[in-house]
Amino acid sequence: MNAKPKNREAMLRVAAPLLVGVILLVLWQGIVVAYKVPKYLVPSPLAILQALVADWGMLTDALWVTLKVTLLAFLVSIVLGVTVAFVFAQNRLVEMSLFPYAVLLQVTPVVAIAPLIIIWVKDPTLSLVLCATIVALFPIISNTILGLRSVNPGLLNLFKMNKATRWQTLMRLRVPSALPYFFGGLRISSGLSLIGAVVAEFVAGTGGTGSGLAYQILQAGYQINIARLFAALFLITITGVVLFLSMVLLSKLALGGWHESELTPET
Amino acid sequence: MSGPSPVVDLWGVEKTYANGTQALAETTLTFNEGEFITLLGPSGCGKSTLLKMIAGLAEPSNGKIRWWNHGLDQVGGPGRKMVMVFQDATLMPWARVAANVRLPLELAGQKGPEADGAVADALKLVGLEKFERSYPRELSGGMQMRASIARALVTEPNLLLMDEPFGALDEITRNRLDGDLRDLWAKKKLTIVFVTHSIYEAVYLSTRVVVMSARPGRVSREVLIDAPAYGSGARSDAFRVSQEFAEYCRILNDALAEASGQGEGRA
Repeated sequence: MNAKPKNREAMLRVAAPLLVGVILLVLWQGIVVAYKVPKYLVPSPLAILQALVADWGMLTDALWVTLKVTLLAFLVSIVLGVTVAFVFAQNRLVEMSLFPYAVLLQVTPVVAIAPLIIIWVKDPTLSLVLCATIVALFPIISNTILGLRSVNPGLLNLFKMNKATRWQTLMRLRVPSALPYFFGGLRISSGLSLIGAVVAEFVAGTGGTGSGLAYQILQAGYQINIARLFAALFLITITGVVLFLSMVLLSKLALGGWHESELTPET
Repeated sequence: MSGPSPVVDLWGVEKTYANGTQALAETTLTFNEGEFITLLGPSGCGKSTLLKMIAGLAEPSNGKIRWWNHGLDQVGGPGRKMVMVFQDATLMPWARVAANVRLPLELAGQKGPEADGAVADALKLVGLEKFERSYPRELSGGMQMRASIARALVTEPNLLLMDEPFGALDEITRNRLDGDLRDLWAKKKLTIVFVTHSIYEAVYLSTRVVVMSARPGRVSREVLIDAPAYGSGARSDAFRVSQEFAEYCRILNDALAEASGQGEGRA
């Protein structure tokens, strides 16, 4: 009895935005065809699809390059971010001394420092990963610190009364309490590492070192191949969405049993 | 010489916060083995502060506390186990009920079948044996509180400190839990110090009520509750509607009124 409305709700959740997308695409196609908008200004969705199919090999090669940089940067951000957060959370003095510099790193636009990094670091992949990491790192640090500190004071007293060691309190109380915040940080950082990778490629790409999707976009722009530009853009967007959704799934798997954010309200 | 052996001795204990507010004026009290003490008073009378100092979670600004004639560092040895139940159930939301109850054992390094047995016994004692696999959020407020009590009892404590544990529950649930708590006290030969602002709860539960008053928090009177007709161990529900019960309520009511009159007079 309960299953039917729930299924309908789930279907609507997918169908409604999908319908909006289809309507928008049809409108786009219709307007471009009706007003004979030139292909080098705004290509129709069908033309973009054609470009995607025609340049599939080239575009997917570029996608792998960008994806590699993105995932490496994301991984480095997680490892580095969590490590830094643990160190900061253990010692107030260390946090007070270093946190402003983490903020500094965050507020400096990566476009501004990317040329420097690309000059300094010889290996092109490494330099791109470094740029993307700078962009993606901060949310993981700040969210994980917040999580490690957001411990129920009652539970902290309970641990204290049971003479728990610092290590026990960290592993059994602070880490589980921090998980929801950490996963929140992951969602933000997954998108940011892609943005960082693309931005870094833009900066490096003009020098001819890169061959990722940003490089394809630049090339397509020079050649006024706007359909291919859109196709590359489409691949970046899809990558971002897939990354975000996998983080949502991961968070659901880890917290689904207990955390409020992942519970489906019972009706 | 074989008088009652003291569990907690307070000599001239005082608590003044850094901002100058005096939470508790000089207090001297002795709680003996096997007593069910209630600290009764309005908010701001220092009853929770007093309990926290007994629990070792706060330091007195002045005076001395002894546990079983020893310092705080000796608490936890055989026959000297002290546990606390907080205002909220303070369960770990990420852990199932059984894991929550097992926590004090794990923090003490106890493992294996012995710990399993202790957890099962504690759950049975509070009537939660069917819910060991549940998450805290799946339990009602009263059941969460039962789990919290099971966690307190799992280490076989001698002294149980309770800070308005049933304050957030409805009256029906609260009465049932009060009844069960009094049973447990008799069965396990516990010493309990219980903080409440409910006169009825104080009369029903206690062997001795310590009436406190506010501004500054202090002890204004002590009342022994003795109703052998309704059980000196577990108390029958008939006590709640008896002549004696009403009489004790009146005495405590007068004591509280008198105490608050004094408080206002001084302020």
